[in-house]
Amino acid sequence: MKNRWLFALIIAALFAFAGYAVFFIAPDEATMHAIQRIFYFHASSGWAAMEGTGIVFFANVAYLRKRQPKWDWLAVSAVEVSLAFWSVVLVTGPIWAHPVWGIWWAWDWRLTLTLVLWILYVCYLVLRTLVADPERRAAVSAIFGIFVFLGVPLDYLSIRIFRTQHPQPVLFGGPNSGLDPTMVKVFFSCSALMTLLMILLVIERYRLERLRYEAEEMRLVIEERAETKSQNREMQRRTALGG
Amino acid sequence: MQNFWSLFAAYLAFWAIFFIYDFTVARRLARVEKDLAQMRQQIREP
Repeated sequence: MKNRWLFALIIAALFAFAGYAVFFIAPDEATMHAIQRIFYFHASSGWAAMEGTGIVFFANVAYLRKRQPKWDWLAVSAVEVSLAFWSVVLVTGPIWAHPVWGIWWAWDWRLTLTLVLWILYVCYLVLRTLVADPERRAAVSAIFGIFVFLGVPLDYLSIRIFRTQHPQPVLFGGPNSGLDPTMVKVFFSCSALMTLLMILLVIERYRLERLRYEAEEMRLVIEERAETKSQNREMQRRTALGG
Repeated sequence: MQNFWSLFAAYLAFWAIFFIYDFTVARRLARVEKDLAQMRQQIREP
């Protein structure tokens, strides 16, 4: 309980600091003005989502190689947390796009691929509910997770490869790209905070998966004990009848 | 401030998504911890 409060406090402090940096430290952008500040939440959430999917990929490969349940717990935890970050990206993007583009959504490569990835990671979670055997479930979802991850580098590179409605990269982009140095500092601070938040959430979610496994093991022990007890009773009854 | 409400909505959505997600994880954790405590009790009983 104490840990939970500490955890909640850390998260609240991270959000408050990010909010302060975005609203009071970052300068106003010349053409978009205040609405550009969405970029700090939107893009840094996208970074954290991609890092989360990197963890999913790593854990899926590790599970298929070693067949240890801990890798499956890590994969499913990172999928859920990444989905939360992808959701932030998909919600804040259109809120920014409406005043800037005049439309909420455009079916360009970046937006469409992000939506497809979000749907596929939801499918990953649905798939897990359809397979009862834990080992089979872990193996099937690991294969599916590796397959889905193939779309992540394509999503990242889509704004560099294709002509998209989505803005071209402002960091590590072409010769005419770039950000004001204060904006860069705020962006990297937000990205670091999002990464930390993602790690904290994965740790918390992993604990849930580990406890579920423990509960499942304990349930099997109880069922076995109950069966042994009923067999013993049956034997005693038969012995009494025979005697 | 121009587009203040859009910015506010985005920040609110950001908070809401993580709050709701963390709340669901906390609820699931509480349920599993309760189940585990009950099962430990059952195992201790002769």
